[in-house]
Amino acid sequence: MTILLRACVVAALAVLPVRAIAAVEIQEVTSPGGITAWLVEERSIPFVALDIRFEGGANLDAPGKRGATNLMMGLLEEGAADMDARAFAEAAEGLAARFSFEAFNDSVSISAEVLTDNRDASMALLRDALVAPTFDQTALDRVRDQVLAGIEQDARDPEEIASATMARLAFGEHPYGSALEGTLESVTALTREDIQAAHGTVLTRDRVYVGVTGDISAAELGPLLDELLGDLPATGVPNASEADYTLDGGVTVVDYPSPQSVVLFGHEGIARDDDDFFAAYVMNHILGGGGFQSKLMTEVREERGLTYGIGSFLVPRDLAAQHMGQFSSTNDKTAEAVQIVRDIWADVAANGVAEDRLEAAKTYLTGAYPLRFDGNGTIAGILVGMQAQELPIDYIATRNDKVMAVTPDDVRRVAERLLQPEDLHFVVVGQPIGLETGAF
Amino acid sequence: MRLAPLAAAIMAVASPLWAASGDDTVTTFTLPNGMNAVVIEDNRAPVVVHMVWYNVGAADEPPGKSGIAHFLEHLMFKGTDDLEPGELGDIVAAQGGSNNAFTSFDYTGYFQRVASDRLGLMMELEADRMRDLVLDNEDMLTERDVVLEERAQRTDSSPGGQFQEQRAALQYLNHPYRIPIIGWQHEIEQLTLQDALDFYDVFYAPNNATLIVAGDVDPAEVEALALEHYGPIAPSDSLPDRVRPSEPPQIAPRRLTLADDRVSNPYVIRTYLAPERDAGAQETAAALTILAQVLGGSSQTSIMGRTLEQDEGVALYTSAFYSGTSLDDTTFGVVVLPVPGRSLEQAEADMDRMIQSVLDNGIDDAQLERIKTQVRAAEIYGRDSLQGRARGYGVALTSGLTVEDVQAWPDVLDAVTEDDIIAAARQVFDMRQSVTGYLMRPEAEEATQ
Repeated sequence: MTILLRACVVAALAVLPVRAIAAVEIQEVTSPGGITAWLVEERSIPFVALDIRFEGGANLDAPGKRGATNLMMGLLEEGAADMDARAFAEAAEGLAARFSFEAFNDSVSISAEVLTDNRDASMALLRDALVAPTFDQTALDRVRDQVLAGIEQDARDPEEIASATMARLAFGEHPYGSALEGTLESVTALTREDIQAAHGTVLTRDRVYVGVTGDISAAELGPLLDELLGDLPATGVPNASEADYTLDGGVTVVDYPSPQSVVLFGHEGIARDDDDFFAAYVMNHILGGGGFQSKLMTEVREERGLTYGIGSFLVPRDLAAQHMGQFSSTNDKTAEAVQIVRDIWADVAANGVAEDRLEAAKTYLTGAYPLRFDGNGTIAGILVGMQAQELPIDYIATRNDKVMAVTPDDVRRVAERLLQPEDLHFVVVGQPIGLETGAF
Repeated sequence: MRLAPLAAAIMAVASPLWAASGDDTVTTFTLPNGMNAVVIEDNRAPVVVHMVWYNVGAADEPPGKSGIAHFLEHLMFKGTDDLEPGELGDIVAAQGGSNNAFTSFDYTGYFQRVASDRLGLMMELEADRMRDLVLDNEDMLTERDVVLEERAQRTDSSPGGQFQEQRAALQYLNHPYRIPIIGWQHEIEQLTLQDALDFYDVFYAPNNATLIVAGDVDPAEVEALALEHYGPIAPSDSLPDRVRPSEPPQIAPRRLTLADDRVSNPYVIRTYLAPERDAGAQETAAALTILAQVLGGSSQTSIMGRTLEQDEGVALYTSAFYSGTSLDDTTFGVVVLPVPGRSLEQAEADMDRMIQSVLDNGIDDAQLERIKTQVRAAEIYGRDSLQGRARGYGVALTSGLTVEDVQAWPDVLDAVTEDDIIAAARQVFDMRQSVTGYLMRPEAEEATQ
């Protein structure tokens, strides 16, 4: 059987990417009012998925107002136009429209799924949430209490403690240095005026990207875009400045009563628009991005049983780039696992990766890419991501060529450049045996 | 907005509210060796999800061997007579595919997601490990450490996880749903290679498995491929009947309190023993499914959300939950997370008051109609997720339901009346069959706040 399987694998390589990718046809739609969206028409299910992203996000929080953007986004569905929170919810439920509102550091995101049957009414309701939220004081106070409870919960959650600690050490006073939810103090102090100001700053037409997939034509979508977004302000404030990375290699232990330690590690990364980004992406896939096949997973989990899962990931954000990884390990095994991560980092930096691992990674990445496009909401999100990264509209057809073009020399070069074992900082939340805060 | 992180922490098991219903895109066949198959056609993208579900889960384990079903699931990636440990994963990855598995009380499932023209290869791999698993003791010991790390991560690092485990052990007096799926730590530590192989030999056979294929496929081709790859596997003639120890009458309410420094937001949660969906008889389960929405579905419009979160401002989070897809009796749950300064005793009284209000005042017609609208829409939205549809059939079929039951479910939900809901509520809200749990911080710390 083994021989037969291998034959199948080899035969598969040549044909896979081409056939699968051809199916996604993107149209660029510009509304009468000048708003652009990317659309994939998919008529087989009677609903439309929209993904709307405003660049900027919680990075735009005014000084001293950390958490304003997050709270503002949480309030968009809590009362709009002449509806209070309950009336809005009843309207959405009656239409079976599904909305979600999320805040990130670099952007805020609105996702919607609406039925073809009542598309206009559902879109009008979403328009009210985006353009005419009331931010009434009762809803504000109630949602604020929920946010405060979430902040208190995060303060006792080992994974949240790890990421907050890493953020603070790496970025200090920059917005990236603190949680976008804000602190108990900053959120408690937010006023209705602060929330209104955040709304005027964050949701502006010059920052918006729209992706639409589903049961709608370009001609139908154009006017809808104007209705949905046309009444938002044209421009807001300038973006936040680049973030300086201020963390050196070493270990920071945060005492936490648990049988396991949560470990978050990393150093500076590589920007999305760097010429070597694809090489770095492929290299990281082999290092720790590729699930069970990655070096980290093989060495730390499969060979030694030190963790249930370990991964590494590139984090190319708008204002700084990081290269990070994470795992959890029983307290008496954590030090060994940390040492293995450092050894693997050093090994790949010095030696690159085996050529067959590179080939396997390229085969996986090119084969997996077309499998991403398998749901209306998913595709709408991809369309927004492509626009935000300023990728060309025909990018999908060329993306796998970029992966295939990565050579062993590229991986060696980018590994040597990117992987700096002496700069790796490990934030360890738990009670690890044999690990203390300090430099290596 | 809703406190999503809290919801995730409290509801240990995510329950899909409405399984995707079937239509003319769904076909079935049975191989001569007894293996059942469901094919779901969806030609939007050249993708296929291939799943094999075994009718065996943690509730089928021998006494003292808790965790063996899940441990075996891990070991299924450790090689066969034809494949080296890990090679199956390498082969799937070389196709750009993803590959994983899951274990629950009533089922163990293995799946790949891959380009649709690779379906035959996936079947070849899955058929190979159905009967020809080869295990090495050293690999077994390493993987047991991985499982112990998994338990430490999911359960022992989380007070909510430990709380859930303790509550389940109280809810069931005799039925094995009282034992955690991942196993008790002291029993996992003692599991052996022979335990795994014994369990494998009894339960892994084509006549104890359901094949589910969803995606850009032709049903006739799927049947031909299944016949080629799974057809030659001999059925087992020694499958045990699926009868678990059953519950005696539950005659006394049970209570527990777990205090832990790591708890941030104390809450009270109560579960009641509840009937599950049965083949051909899903009406009560449908009424309970709607009841959960009425009582604690939306934080703005459900009875608890509207009253406790919005009007009275005494709770930060409320929810009611019920997952009817289960082989044996399941639970109906209610949660109240009070605002700071309000005690869990008060929160429990709030909960009781809301339950009583459903029984006394009935249900608002407009609310019920909105919920029905969402039930109907969920069927449309659900068609967007290949994996979700495949999983819906898998869970149902390994829980004693049929394809017909799955396809009838949306209509059964749609037919639920106010009277049905009240009758189901009267049946389920029986304190004698309940477990009430407080998750809180240690008293000393509470007192100083």
